[in-house]
Amino acid sequence: MTTLKTKVLPAEGHLAATSSGARARHTPLMPSAGMRRVWLTLLGWGIALIIFFPILWMVLTGFKTEAAAIADPSLIFTPTLESYVAVQARADYFKFAMNSVVVAFGSTLLALLIAIPAAYAMAFLPTRRTKATLLWMLSTKMLPPVGVLVPIYLIFRDLGLLDTRSGLIIVYTLMNLPIVVWMLYTFFKDLPRDILEAGRMDGASTFQEVVYLLLPLTLPGIASTGLLSVILSWNEAFWSLNLTSSNAAPLTAYIASFSSPEGLFWAKLSAASTMAIAPILIFGWLTQKQMVRGLTFGAVK
Amino acid sequence: MATLQLHDIVKRFDDTEVIKGVDLEVNDREFVVFVGPSGCGKSTLLRMIAGLESATSGDILIDGVRMNEVGPAERGLAMVFQSYALYPHMTVEDNMGFSLKLAGVPKEERRRKVREAASILQLEPLLERKPKALSGGQRQRVAIGRAIVRNPSIFLFDEPLSNLDAALRVQMRIELARLHEELDATMIYVTHDQIEAMTMADKIVVLQGGVVEQVGSPMELYHHPRNRFVAGFIGSPKMNFLEVERVSAAATGVEVRLPDGDTCTVPVDGSGLDDDALTLGIRPEHLQLDPQGPLSGRIEVIERLGGVTSLYVRMQDTLVTMSADGNVDSRVGDSLRFGFERDCAHLFDGEGLALPSLARHPLAGLNRQDNRAPAAAGRL
Ligand SMILES: Nc1ncnc2c1ncn2[C@@H]1O[C@H](COP(=O)(O)OP(=O)(O)OP(=O)(O)O)[C@@H](O)[C@H]1O
Ligand SMILES: [Mg+2]
Repeated sequence: MTTLKTKVLPAEGHLAATSSGARARHTPLMPSAGMRRVWLTLLGWGIALIIFFPILWMVLTGFKTEAAAIADPSLIFTPTLESYVAVQARADYFKFAMNSVVVAFGSTLLALLIAIPAAYAMAFLPTRRTKATLLWMLSTKMLPPVGVLVPIYLIFRDLGLLDTRSGLIIVYTLMNLPIVVWMLYTFFKDLPRDILEAGRMDGASTFQEVVYLLLPLTLPGIASTGLLSVILSWNEAFWSLNLTSSNAAPLTAYIASFSSPEGLFWAKLSAASTMAIAPILIFGWLTQKQMVRGLTFGAVK
Repeated sequence: MATLQLHDIVKRFDDTEVIKGVDLEVNDREFVVFVGPSGCGKSTLLRMIAGLESATSGDILIDGVRMNEVGPAERGLAMVFQSYALYPHMTVEDNMGFSLKLAGVPKEERRRKVREAASILQLEPLLERKPKALSGGQRQRVAIGRAIVRNPSIFLFDEPLSNLDAALRVQMRIELARLHEELDATMIYVTHDQIEAMTMADKIVVLQGGVVEQVGSPMELYHHPRNRFVAGFIGSPKMNFLEVERVSAAATGVEVRLPDGDTCTVPVDGSGLDDDALTLGIRPEHLQLDPQGPLSGRIEVIERLGGVTSLYVRMQDTLVTMSADGNVDSRVGDSLRFGFERDCAHLFDGEGLALPSLARHPLAGLNRQDNRAPAAAGRL
């Protein structure tokens, strides 16, 4: 999420800058307002840079030699792929990446499949207890995961789910379900009931109502919910480190495997981390419009 | 095409009873209007007929068949919502054809039926547009078109005109009346606007607090309201109510003392009446300026509408509305005397029930069909 925000901020800063330019042309006698805009824009970029800096530094370090990485910090160096080669020689990146993709998208798909009917029922057929149920679901997110580590580990061991992709998919689905249901609920709630009722008058079954009306009309919301779920699953480390070892280990486990035994090999660790976050960073960047649109859908409509 | 009967319909939401035992008969091809103040349960009643809400108890019969457990689509009704409820992601054509698509009607036939309905409503040039690109009036027509395409046995309308501006509302009112003639369908129409009720209905159902106060033709409700509520609700400007005292009561008339001390006899059946405090109801259009009149007051506000002038006259603690001639030259602050037509006055007992008039108004049985020229009426 942090990485995503940093990508969004410059875009807004850019917007502010252009509109301040347009404003200045129309009202040339108001330099103070224009100046304010400039300062705000600079401030925005400054904050964005500060937030983004550690990531930038990590990416740069990945292209350094191990010696350059521990030497005095410097922006000037000869880039090398040495660390990447070393990293790839030790562990197959693509295997881990594949696990991440399967687990993140699989759990998101599963969560949406469960959450859409649930949110539909809560939004359109509420009972007296619906609000309380929603709050209760969200409150389960306040429980520290480590508190249920032992029972879940034991259950997974007995069911043979340890170090399997399906096991991780199940955990991630359960982990994200409250947020996914909650978000979908708020998006569905924004849809006027009349439209679904008109559909029912027109002869739509509940399934047709969902497929022909609800889903197309709340697609931006569903998409941004799905994106968030993918990102949360991709970045999840606690469960993946504890429940997988090799077969189903995703990229978070891949990074971790570089940090523990080889503690101070900064360049390799940075290269591994860069490769681990690159897909989700690119994914987030490509979908940021969709994401922001979905998240602000209710507000701007 | 269809009749509708409601038998003792009750609707409870949790513990609050919203509809408290409604009985109603809607005849084939009738235009029935549910009217009443906000929150009286009009929409709830309509939604129960539509099947969008279940009745807590009672029977809903369409063409004599109990429909309580039948789904909305299978009841053969179509509903037009106040918000139009068009499908925003579909074109006008797809909006109108959605029900046919769900019913598996082949594309060509669907297209033909949609165009047919579109031509009735002059919607052909808009068929490719999305609802976003339509004006309020056009959206309204699409919503009606969507209902027509389904060829329903009964049309249901829930305040379809309340989002339109005044001029468009008048235009759509006329268009709906025309549509009713053209389609020869049974229509049930919900509104809180008594003018819409008066102008469009064959039969008006006045609701208050989940109870039917009176059912009748517009002229019947206007001339023979059953109680104070209906008397005050139907007619614009509102009927004036004066507190009066009973002097004598007989089957041939009731003599009452007016606020100014004069007495007068109202031609209503007073047999068995034993309340002393009564309410005299007089419509603004039945009050006349009259130097010898039994009532007097001071003008507080004057509203000149051109053809008619509304005078708001203070009589002790009541403000009386009088519809006077457009050319009346009274000023605010003037004192004036006025009288009223005895035959048009209404008298209500202590419970607010109207005492029956001695003579039925000649137009009380008239409905909209009767306004047609005999040739047109003979068409049926
Ligand atoms: N789903 C519901 N749950 C609880 N109470 C409801 C529900 N729907 C309606 N009511 C209540 O039932 C009563 C009647 O509502 P209804 O919508 O039928 O009124 P209405 O006559 O259509 O009013 P309006 O002219 O404002 O549309 C209201 O008091 C309302 O608060
Ligand atoms: Mg209503």
